[in-house]
Amino acid sequence: MQTGVSSASLDARVRAIPVIEEPAATRSTQSLRHLAIVRASHWLFATGVLGLIVSGSGILISHPRFYWGETGNVAMPSLFDLPLPMIIGPSVWNRPIHFFFAWFLVIGAVTYVIAGLATKHLRKDLVPSKTELGWRPIVSVIWDHVRWKRTSADEAWTYNVVQRLTYLIVVFVLFPGIVWTGLAMSFAVMSVFPFMVTVLGGHQSARTLHFVFASLLLTFFLVHMAMLCLIGFRAHVQAMITGHKPQKEAAE
Amino acid sequence: MSKLLTRRSLVTAGLVTAAGATGIGAAARYGLIPPDYATLYGAGETLTYATQRLLTSGNSLAREFTRSDISKIPIVNGPAPSDVPFQRLAADGFKDWRLQIEGLVERPASFTLDELRNMPSQSHILLHACEQGWSYIAEWTGVRLAHVLDLVKTKPEARYAVFMPYPNPQQTTGIIRTQFDSIDMADALHPQTILAYGMNSETLPADFGAPLRLRMSREIGWKNTKYLQRIILTDRMDTYRKGAGTWYGGI
Repeated sequence: MQTGVSSASLDARVRAIPVIEEPAATRSTQSLRHLAIVRASHWLFATGVLGLIVSGSGILISHPRFYWGETGNVAMPSLFDLPLPMIIGPSVWNRPIHFFFAWFLVIGAVTYVIAGLATKHLRKDLVPSKTELGWRPIVSVIWDHVRWKRTSADEAWTYNVVQRLTYLIVVFVLFPGIVWTGLAMSFAVMSVFPFMVTVLGGHQSARTLHFVFASLLLTFFLVHMAMLCLIGFRAHVQAMITGHKPQKEAAE
Repeated sequence: MSKLLTRRSLVTAGLVTAAGATGIGAAARYGLIPPDYATLYGAGETLTYATQRLLTSGNSLAREFTRSDISKIPIVNGPAPSDVPFQRLAADGFKDWRLQIEGLVERPASFTLDELRNMPSQSHILLHACEQGWSYIAEWTGVRLAHVLDLVKTKPEARYAVFMPYPNPQQTTGIIRTQFDSIDMADALHPQTILAYGMNSETLPADFGAPLRLRMSREIGWKNTKYLQRIILTDRMDTYRKGAGTWYGGI
């Protein structure tokens, strides 16, 4: 994010200094779009969430019915059924894949939250300011999107209030929720923390809520991808990999 | 990059490697490495198993339910073995059936169903959940596995118990391991781990694993091997391990 200095002048200044003698730290803090720790955890999240959605679907297809309470099976009435065939088998080999990718999410989230607090990234980049936190700014952002109003170049490189709130909800509500409801189905973990499943209403309630959180996360992922495509897929993916805005866009 | 930095990064890398190797060594020593650690998803399996074994090291007890919670209709995935040797035993009320216990034990032995029934019995009302997603609650009655292992005197080097069932060629879900399965000693000696011969106050029904099945409280459904024939105590799993899916079923 830029503060005070325009992108063009900053860029010129960076280019004017011989690269070899320029201390790496100075250069990266000036034109840095994403902190290294944000990039690292972002790709851990991306790998984890994608792997979990695919392998989770493989488990889901073995019993696409949902219940409330402790028990639920084909001999019992369901809460709701998904219009999918019941295919027995894929859950067996999707389970190890699912838990493998779950660790990406857990390690990514722990790294992100600790680093986010230490670097003040959460406070500076995600927590909305008091003036932003009202119905009017939120509605105006949504209204701009509905009207298909093109975001200015500067705005495209910062987070608006809806983005900030969404990212905070993903990190502090959806991620913990999906890990909690997942662990609540584990017999071993529930022998140590039984309240984690009893407060949810039981094993099948945990499974149903796990599906609800997964659906919300999938919705976020799809909207995230749609927005990325609208705003410039290459430039923004590049920024999330290298940490810097692409030269061409920065100079605009 | 200067020489100093290179040297420093080399030292750091060396220290990290040494710490990692020590960590893995310690984990192996304390039984935190599952037998399928070297599979494609072995890193995840190892992290899950090690974390959960540390978490449950105090013999944590799974939730138990009341009689009124017992499901009216319990569910099974496949029917009992339909091959002749098993059917002949079943027709006779399993009178000629024996449970053999061998491997790393001081006194290999075999037990009749009556002998097992005359041992101290215990009942647990537990949730049974299939990895597919369905579940039911039932009461299981049997003898604690730790009691039987005490009778045959397990050798200290035993690390796993392998459960050999009667083969079930008719099993519809061939992908699921029906040949045999194994558990570590933490689950084998757990207070809620029993060899069950009764279900919901009746003789264990054929489809639910007659005459005898393993019933654990901290593992997922399919780890509870049915139609038991033999139990083998061993210190290595490489000769037994096969099939798809995870080895550890606590999650």
